[in-house]
Amino acid sequence: MKLSLTKVVNGCRLGKIKNLGKTGDHTMDIPGCLLYTKTGSAPHLTHHTLHNIHGVPAMAQLTLSSLAEHHEVLTEYKEGVGKFIGMPESLLYCSLHDPVSPCPAGYVTNKSVSVWSVAGRVEMTVSKFMAIQKALQPDWFQCLSDGEVSCKEATSIKRVRKSVDRSLLFLDNCLRLQEESETLALSSRLECSGAISTQRSLLLLGSSDSPTSASRVTGTTGACCHTRLIFVFLVEMGFHSVGQAGLELLTSSDPPASASCWDYRHEPPCLVLQKSVIIGVIEGGDVMEERLRSARETAKRPVGGFLLDGFQGNPTTLEARLRLLSSVTAELPEDKPRLISGVSRPDEVLECIERGVDLFESFFPYQVTERGCALTFSFDYQPNPEETLLQQNGTQEEIKCMDQIKKIETTGCNQEITSFEINLKEKKYQEDFNPLVRGCSCYCCKNHTRAYIHHLLVTNELLAGVLLMMHNFEHYFGFFHYIREALKSDKLAQLKELIHRQAS
Amino acid sequence: MAGAATQASLESAPRIMRLVAECSRSRARAGELWLPHGTVATPVFMPVGTQATMKGITTEQLDALGCRICLGNTYHLGLRPGPELIQKANGLHGFMNWPHNLLTDSGGFQMVSLVSLSEVTEEGVRFRSPYDGNETLLSPEKSVQIQNALGSDIIMQLDDVVSSTVTGPRVEEAMYRSIRWLDRCIAAHQRPDKQNLFAIIQGGLDADLRATCLEEMTKRDVPGFAIGGLSGGESKSQFWRMVALSTSRLPKDKPRYLMGVGYATDLVVCVALGCDMFDCVFPTRTARFGSALVPTGNLQLRKKVFEKDFGPIDPECTCPTCQKHSRAFLHALLHSDNTAALHHLTVHNIAYQLQLMSAVRTSIVEKRFPGFVRDFMGAMYGDPTLCPTWATDALASVGITLG
Repeated sequence: MKLSLTKVVNGCRLGKIKNLGKTGDHTMDIPGCLLYTKTGSAPHLTHHTLHNIHGVPAMAQLTLSSLAEHHEVLTEYKEGVGKFIGMPESLLYCSLHDPVSPCPAGYVTNKSVSVWSVAGRVEMTVSKFMAIQKALQPDWFQCLSDGEVSCKEATSIKRVRKSVDRSLLFLDNCLRLQEESETLALSSRLECSGAISTQRSLLLLGSSDSPTSASRVTGTTGACCHTRLIFVFLVEMGFHSVGQAGLELLTSSDPPASASCWDYRHEPPCLVLQKSVIIGVIEGGDVMEERLRSARETAKRPVGGFLLDGFQGNPTTLEARLRLLSSVTAELPEDKPRLISGVSRPDEVLECIERGVDLFESFFPYQVTERGCALTFSFDYQPNPEETLLQQNGTQEEIKCMDQIKKIETTGCNQEITSFEINLKEKKYQEDFNPLVRGCSCYCCKNHTRAYIHHLLVTNELLAGVLLMMHNFEHYFGFFHYIREALKSDKLAQLKELIHRQAS
Repeated sequence: MAGAATQASLESAPRIMRLVAECSRSRARAGELWLPHGTVATPVFMPVGTQATMKGITTEQLDALGCRICLGNTYHLGLRPGPELIQKANGLHGFMNWPHNLLTDSGGFQMVSLVSLSEVTEEGVRFRSPYDGNETLLSPEKSVQIQNALGSDIIMQLDDVVSSTVTGPRVEEAMYRSIRWLDRCIAAHQRPDKQNLFAIIQGGLDADLRATCLEEMTKRDVPGFAIGGLSGGESKSQFWRMVALSTSRLPKDKPRYLMGVGYATDLVVCVALGCDMFDCVFPTRTARFGSALVPTGNLQLRKKVFEKDFGPIDPECTCPTCQKHSRAFLHALLHSDNTAALHHLTVHNIAYQLQLMSAVRTSIVEKRFPGFVRDFMGAMYGDPTLCPTWATDALASVGITLG
């Protein structure tokens, strides 16, 4: 995996992450977002309807809270969660929690973290956590971490310090377990191939240098795939004859030509090499000192990227934390991706991009869908003049009608309707035969009207969720595309102003 | 106003059905319906999309499954969003963006299903709305008027529907009233060139009443006939006899629509008895309860036994759900709150019904329908001879023996 930056403008990073995925041929654009899923499926959408959407991100977010309970099934399945959920071509990132459901506090210990599924609480020690990840085989996964500080108000500095300490300890343990399982896998392979004897292989691998120095030597960045480190070590130590068979094993995706060489296709699945990348989690609550410590320490470990945790909340709490965010990202290496959890609103996304964040979750369009609303905010900072006029007139009407932001109680979440969306349940849409957003090329806007969506919502029909989700995802992914375009053509200020104007 | 309807305003109704093949043993037929929004192969199963939506699947998905006709409901749509709005939206086709055919029921069935909210008089059915308590009168004229606004390709007469478990004079009253209401519907129909008005044979489980109804209604030159008042709580033994009686007295050159059927076995048997069109909420409703239809019956995918079953619902099924997903995944998804699980099953169950009808049709065209029936019963019941007695009797009555 390799992150290359095209440019950095006002703190915003524009670039690409290449060589992603099991076959190493996927690419992701940054800034970007991940496809939000529930139990491995985009909400409301089947494969058909998901593929109606333009611009679906290359990487989907899975949540351990929805998948941990299926650990046994996935272990028996053997072929990884991507194939299980019917998304074998997608890159996968596994987070601990679902950003939409708040997690109850009080369940992190020195030895375990709990996630909350439909079936109840699933407690995970480091070894259980790593066993689950081994069954899932995601491309990236959030390391086990103590993020409880963000669940509560006014946490003591002692508790904050503990969250940083615990998260680092979890990280070191997870890295160690991952290395051990790879070592075991590799030595078994080398043994099978007859290249080296067991004792010798263990000796070689046991004495590898610290991962950081090895990665400096290789020059590959973001590589926490230990197979590569081991390969380098072998070559460095001059074991060329041994290395030959080892090289073939490690680098070839095709089976070795020689009949005497081990054929990985017949390898028992439990010896599959761990290719999942660990994402280190930056904790530290609202305490600057702890945030910096967490950032610096985590950066020392061979993680593939960083998750900025504890910035979720409402717009006012994020505003207070933006300074923290800048300081944190300043401590992180440039060549590794920075994800943030719990931030998905368009205005907040821009604030975070300006402070060095690369990747976001896309749960905001889902929340909008659940309250029967459609995203309508404009992100075309360079529309044609006629469109602007029409849009402005429309917006003014809507501002007149919306005296203040309404509070809506939806199933499970108390979320306010934002000014980025319209509420299709309102009576005024009953006879509105326009699409949700004029000019939108999504399936819903190309085929249906506001009046129809209104009818589906009033009659409580399932199709409402399907159509709104398709529109909201497409609109949101389009927004990210425009962010990248704006960065490319140095027009971010215009985009920011446009979004700000609509954020009321 | 009794007696034959005046035919002055109605030209000879179009022949919308073309017969392609007939089974030489049973009464099964394969044909084509020529409708304003395209041709429909028969026998056909029509999925039910009551409120201008096929539940959680898009019209594109429905089209991709090969569906060419589905149902909407006058009672529901008449209340929400109302005929005026739908008319403004270019009819029901425009409102829901469905390019193929639509059939609308008249609202008659709701008289039975919502019996506590309704009152029947000669004038029509008075409903009390469950949403706002308002009263509406659904008369034959009003029903046709709403359906004219909806613009469906096939519209149904308003009939006086009585539950099949009711006996006594009410059944006779309803039968004769249905004839009178048929004439009123024919007279009120404003668009006979664009919309095909079907009559609905009533008479409950009484052979004489049925026969009378058949004799009278077939005097009216409507494009098609439905067999109504069945598929309620009656015994299957009575059910098939009424179906058989009806098909024996209905014209061959017009489609026979058996309302409210249904289960796979019932579909196959009633095709043998001479029916061409069917509708039922069962496949789509049972999907939303986690039940997948298969040739051997159904799979309750929420059950633990499917937790680690990594095969598709049906390895022979070509639907998108079976192409992409395993029973195990669907099981897991069904236990989550992601509605996608329901949509996967809705897609599959509709595909199952449509694939079944298609296979039935092919067997009729290829002159091997009786063999198909035997194989079908074998798969469903383990052995053709183990199929339910009523089905064996019904099939025997039209010359098909099992085992």
